[in-house]
Amino acid sequence: MLSAIWETEGLQTVGIVVLVFASIKLLHLLGLISFSEDSVEDELELSTVRHRPEGLEQLEARTRFSRKELQILYRGFKNECPSGIVNEETFKDIYAQFFPQGESSTYAHFLFNAFDTDHNGSLSFEDFVMGLSILLRGTIQEKLNWAFNLYDINKDGYITKEEMLDIMKAIYDMMGKCTYPILKEDTPRQHVEVFFQKMDKNKDGVVTIDEFIDCCQNDENIMRSMHLFENVL
Amino acid sequence: MATGVAAWLPFARAAAIGWMPVANSPMPVAPMDHSKRQDELIMLNVSGHRFQTWRTTLDRYPDTLLGSSEKDFFYNAETKEYFFDRDPEAFRSILNFYRTGKLHYPRNQCISAYDEELIFFGIIPEIIGDCCYEEYKDRKRENLERLQDDQEENRDTKPPNMSVREAMWRAFENPHTSTMALVFYYVTGFFIAISVITNVVETVPCGSTGNQKDMPCGERYTVAFFCMDTACVMIFTVEYLMRLFAAPSRYRFMRSVMSIIDVVAILPYYIGLVMTDNEDVSGAFVTLRVFRVFRIFKFSRHSQGLRILGYTLKSCASELGFLLFSLTMAIIIFATVMFYAEKGSSSSKFTSIPASFWYTIVTMTTLGYGDMVPKTIAGKIFGSICSLSGVLVIALPVPVIVSNFSRIYHQNQRADKRRAQKKARLARIRISKSGSANAFLHSKRNGLLNELLELTDTEEDEQKLTKCTSLLESQHHHLLNCLEKTTAHVFVDEQMYQQNCLETALQTCPSRSPSISTHDSSAGSCCGCRAKRNAPLPSGRPVPTHTQGPLQELSALHIQSHTASRSNLNRKAEESGRLNSKGGRITTAIISLPSPPDLTPDSDSLRRPPQRRQPADPAASSAGINIIRVSAL
Repeated sequence: MLSAIWETEGLQTVGIVVLVFASIKLLHLLGLISFSEDSVEDELELSTVRHRPEGLEQLEARTRFSRKELQILYRGFKNECPSGIVNEETFKDIYAQFFPQGESSTYAHFLFNAFDTDHNGSLSFEDFVMGLSILLRGTIQEKLNWAFNLYDINKDGYITKEEMLDIMKAIYDMMGKCTYPILKEDTPRQHVEVFFQKMDKNKDGVVTIDEFIDCCQNDENIMRSMHLFENVL
Repeated sequence: MATGVAAWLPFARAAAIGWMPVANSPMPVAPMDHSKRQDELIMLNVSGHRFQTWRTTLDRYPDTLLGSSEKDFFYNAETKEYFFDRDPEAFRSILNFYRTGKLHYPRNQCISAYDEELIFFGIIPEIIGDCCYEEYKDRKRENLERLQDDQEENRDTKPPNMSVREAMWRAFENPHTSTMALVFYYVTGFFIAISVITNVVETVPCGSTGNQKDMPCGERYTVAFFCMDTACVMIFTVEYLMRLFAAPSRYRFMRSVMSIIDVVAILPYYIGLVMTDNEDVSGAFVTLRVFRVFRIFKFSRHSQGLRILGYTLKSCASELGFLLFSLTMAIIIFATVMFYAEKGSSSSKFTSIPASFWYTIVTMTTLGYGDMVPKTIAGKIFGSICSLSGVLVIALPVPVIVSNFSRIYHQNQRADKRRAQKKARLARIRISKSGSANAFLHSKRNGLLNELLELTDTEEDEQKLTKCTSLLESQHHHLLNCLEKTTAHVFVDEQMYQQNCLETALQTCPSRSPSISTHDSSAGSCCGCRAKRNAPLPSGRPVPTHTQGPLQELSALHIQSHTASRSNLNRKAEESGRLNSKGGRITTAIISLPSPPDLTPDSDSLRRPPQRRQPADPAASSAGINIIRVSAL
């Protein structure tokens, strides 16, 4: 008697187990449940974007570099980025190697945006070389223009105190923390105040390009330092 | 166009003469070849190995580096060759691609190095010929897995601002990141074990309570077991809900295996709660208890080995399926044969074919219980054939499964090894980085010393001291110098920084004892400086240290005067002598020179720097001998 009950119960158990597994399998087939963890996808990953620069002659015409200099620049560029374009991550890595003590990624971000004139998120050799041409061989006007462009984060033609504060913090970040005297919290802010006092002639809280260029041209130190890196290449 | 067969284009064009007689309209004008260039040999110099090929060979693929004008960037006008600073071995296969149109992957090349070369020369890897393509893809996938493993490890570094939800999820996924997570991990593990043991003990006969038969414990102590079960299920429910809340993508979480196991483990309890009073159905749903055993699978979150096993089984699914299928076929065949063979014998156990299934399975897996035994001769013959074939069928897919398991297991071992080596690697990289920073400070001191010596006009030392810093180094140092000037702050090394930190701390919080030990140098605040370095020195005890002439005083002076602006160092050199010879309270500090990489932070390096001649300034030299280190002003 008891065995009969147990036998039916046993069969019921089997039946229920089979039912549950079948329903799980059905849900799996329907795609509602996934059994695999995220595994390495084996499909065609997008082939890396490759970029070939213009010919040597065109670049020579557009920039102020000689043929040899362009060759040297390109070799270095291509060595670091074989695919011909630099994305922001690689740029930050490269830049960080020159400032081991500090944190240079914020400043590298601003630099990247300044070089990337067509704002497509990647730096091609042309962008790179055009930027360098202005920085190394340009007139004072062009260099100051470039610097203004660097500070003007949202490219609206005005440098506000917030933008300048961001830039200043980024520069101070590059020093790291092991400095003398010890960096205080509001050192960047004070520096920005000094800067605005100097630059903002009409005291309207923003610095325009003309104020900037005027002020820089009247400052001897700045003028002298603009010529500092001309023999870099 | 099929640029690989570009050489045959003249033939195809010439053969077009065959269309001319049947053409109805006049033909378009043929393009002129303006560049009357003779085909010339191009010399390619790859790190000293010279390769030569025809220009037209390279022109076959104009969207690659060698086939386009991009190679002009590498042209060396003096030697009239194209120089590439790359690996000549890999270049061989690349040049072969131009020659034959097929790209081959040499097996002895590292996959990432080869990939880089391909990217450099502008060739897409999909062109690799069929002969080498699977090898290439396999190794690429392996490499990708390895990189993924490394990236997963980076997740351990905590991003600074995380919401509660993200913090919880991180705690769930990596239990060793915080103590709370660890506690939670162990508590859930404990309750899983309790729950499983409860299920097991429930069925053990507990001794009779005066009835005739033994009752299982579950029915004797119903309330106790019910409470235990309730507690476990509540914990599991809470855990599941918390995971559901913290998951970054709830939908994806609900679809994952672990969540299904969780649900299946706790659902029977709730169903049982609902169904208690319905007599007909409750019998069936009591058997739902069998699903409580699924709680044991929750252990797979806690055990890596279980996960490997599960992953192996999943990856061998096809082999297991094959095994099952072939076994089923064999069982049916042999069961039928045995049934008909034993039909004749009396009182045979082989009552039907399904009944013979049991015998077949037991025999094929070589179990041999002996509850069903053939009695006829035919039955015995077929029975032996059955057991022999059973061994074979089972032995076939097993090595495949084993090799899969071995591969996955070794992969895991390698991942663990890499993880263990990673810490050491990162530490070494950090040391070399700090070495380069120290090189800058070192050269700054050299530079300062140079200036001073120029003052005192000692020629030979100048020569000794201008170490040959390469142009690159000196330019890098100039760049760092410019940054210093921009921010009006100076780079100092770690020890000096700790020193400054401590001094300002003592200035601002004089009541604190210097023996506060805090975390290591990652703390940015002044008061959180490691006082260990100052610990062995009570105040006032002079520690003789080897000086470096005026340089020590210079730095000492900096520490002394916190508010002193950074003035002309040369001027300070003369002043410092006077200042130090005043005696009295001198707050100075040990200037420990950093020596690159093998500097251990604990050693106050009283190491003697390379001999530097003291300048002739008497005041400076007299005061520089004993620099007293004090711990309080």
